[in-house]
Amino acid sequence: MKKSQKTIESILAGYPRHPQNLIGLLQDVQAEYNYISPEHLALICDHVGAPLTQAWSVATFYKSFSLEPRGEHEIKVCLGTTCHLKGGNRLVETCERDLGVARGQTTEDLRFTLDTVNCLGSCALAPVVMVDEDYLGGANIRSLKKRLSKLE
Amino acid sequence: MPKFESVDHLQQYRRQLQASRDPNQPQVLVCSGPGCLPMGSIEVAAAFREELGKNGLNGKVLLKECGCQGLCARAVKVLIRPQEIAYQEVTPEDVPEIVEATLKNGQLVERLIYEHPLTQEKAAFKADIPFYKGQMPIVLRKLDIIDPQSLDDYLALGGYRALRKALTGMSPDEVIDAVEQSGLRGRGGGGFPTGRKWRVCQEALSDIKFIICNGDEGDPGAFMDRAVMEGDPHAVLEGMIIGGYAIGAKQGYIYVRHEYPLAVTHLNKAIDQARECGFLGKNILRSGFDFDIKISRGAGAFVCGEETALIASIEGYIGEPTPRPPYPAESGLFDYPTIINNVETWANIPEIINMGAEWFAAIGTENSKGTKVFSLVGAVNQTGLVEVPMGTTLRQIVFELGGGLRPDRQFKAVQTGGPSGGCIPEQFLDLPVDYDSLQSVGSIMGSGGMIVMDNTSCTVDVARYFISFLHDESCGKCTPCREGTKHLLHILDEIIAGRGEEEHLTLMEELCDTMASSSICGLGMSAPNPVRSTIKYFRDEYLAHIRDKKCHALVCRPLLKYTIDPETCTGCLACVRECPVGAITGKKKLPQDLDQELCVKCGLCYEACQFEAVKVE
Repeated sequence: MKKSQKTIESILAGYPRHPQNLIGLLQDVQAEYNYISPEHLALICDHVGAPLTQAWSVATFYKSFSLEPRGEHEIKVCLGTTCHLKGGNRLVETCERDLGVARGQTTEDLRFTLDTVNCLGSCALAPVVMVDEDYLGGANIRSLKKRLSKLE
Repeated sequence: MPKFESVDHLQQYRRQLQASRDPNQPQVLVCSGPGCLPMGSIEVAAAFREELGKNGLNGKVLLKECGCQGLCARAVKVLIRPQEIAYQEVTPEDVPEIVEATLKNGQLVERLIYEHPLTQEKAAFKADIPFYKGQMPIVLRKLDIIDPQSLDDYLALGGYRALRKALTGMSPDEVIDAVEQSGLRGRGGGGFPTGRKWRVCQEALSDIKFIICNGDEGDPGAFMDRAVMEGDPHAVLEGMIIGGYAIGAKQGYIYVRHEYPLAVTHLNKAIDQARECGFLGKNILRSGFDFDIKISRGAGAFVCGEETALIASIEGYIGEPTPRPPYPAESGLFDYPTIINNVETWANIPEIINMGAEWFAAIGTENSKGTKVFSLVGAVNQTGLVEVPMGTTLRQIVFELGGGLRPDRQFKAVQTGGPSGGCIPEQFLDLPVDYDSLQSVGSIMGSGGMIVMDNTSCTVDVARYFISFLHDESCGKCTPCREGTKHLLHILDEIIAGRGEEEHLTLMEELCDTMASSSICGLGMSAPNPVRSTIKYFRDEYLAHIRDKKCHALVCRPLLKYTIDPETCTGCLACVRECPVGAITGKKKLPQDLDQELCVKCGLCYEACQFEAVKVE
């Protein structure tokens, strides 16, 4: 997780007050803080002039938003078609066992978030796992375990 | 970069640019496409930078990090121009040797050249590599030539010439005529004639109109649009500006999925450059035409690839589709007439304007013109991006370009069209691929994902995978899709768990008919395709799951049984160490026991065993 640098005020200032900017603002806040807190959600609604219900529906509809704090390290196991055929699911299971957390969840100590994604667009290297910003292509259980152990 | 005040100014600048470039200058192009980037292309490029500097070759040899070079299976790829030597699987450690042998002494590094996966035939030059033979790159043509972040590179190759031609020599009507006559159909999947769509929008009475580029490439197994947006962003912009001129729009949007951060970076940079040079903004090239482009990032919803859902998303709402008509060409973004085309469609536009409609219409089949980019992935030896004329057969794509399958595997099917497509069996391998032929065998063109499956893939599992995906991604607005995917998934789960009945097949077919005829949008209407096509062509596999409770591909876990052969087991305990549930017990150097009650059928023991003592059926 990168250290928060921009304040919520400066993020808001970058967008005109129009409901069309709701998603863009949510994305920026998500990127900066790794999740969208209730306070930030309320501030965004005030700024763009959208009801809280709309912001809530948007924030829960799209997959890239999280209303809970995320872990320091994000592990995304690709389950696109090719990765599925090449055993992506077993990689998820390996992560679940190694990190002690179910898919879509964050460890209690906020160190790891384990997610599955529909496709990272790196299908030629399937199966693929993303550990923070790094891709692990042609992954197998051994190489994944090795990569995860480097995170501890 | 100068701001181009007129078409003559642009012409003059381009001539100077081309004259200043030596076609024989040695160039190193490090592929930084979706396949090579994760495999360390940045490190390879850095190694070249250092090594060229050390050898005093800075300025003499040009180093570029370019877009996708196609053959992703051999990442990281490096192309040496002007000879077009295609090095493969290059690591930073190989770089000093390439610089010394090839760049300084004009010799090949034999161990880094292409080798055919089956025949072991070698080829050093791009033109001799079977993967590239038979391709006809139009959209991908510039990807291994230009630096995507250099507008000069794009201009030197004739970039924005089509815009100049449209703005100075063609009326909006003539532009639409050309697109119509070219026979171009939407590359996002639907295959609607692009020119006809533009005409409807042009004729719509409104002062405000919009252009949208759909870069929400959501089909799992597809990365064509990502490669184009990252590798040749100006082509997309040029297409959109021409489109804006044709229909009379002043504002364009590019909707890019958030999983593609590099595409956003490259597009943003290209937009800034285009504004600076006067290809975007007010009074473009002094033609009186104003146009600008904004980027709208997707937020992770597959359904937003559907045009009405995408429009809702740009407006700031959840991505729920709305019934059509009215079509976006009549009433789209903020209720104004809107043209929405996919990335590949836009990238074709400049070429059509440059080369003429007849040129484009001469490529392809009767009703599908031009080329199509496919992402060829799965159980094929040479995975990557290919661009072939419409009408190329599946056999050519999979076995000639793709280099076939591993010798110990048998071909089972090709899955095209993403979750909305179907599985095409071996009997149709000689089918010329176009919009209509794929539809006639129960699949669709889709955006161009082509996933090859061999005998280790189970078609029932594949159908379940797609239905599970669509169930997850269904927005929930209309009942046929929301409930249909849910129940299809439930039935498929029953079959995979060994509780299937033959009536389930009829029930699924009925459900499919209802979904196809009554869902609001394409997601629900085409969701039945994976189920229908697998039941149609692979009924035997379903019956094996239902009657015999067997999955012959050894994929569906509840139907598998792992055992340890006491004759071959050496008692090395490798499996014991891997088993996550402690189901394997026994003394060292003695045959092990596997407790069937505890076994979760994860298959880790099977992989760990080096003596083939773990059996599965």
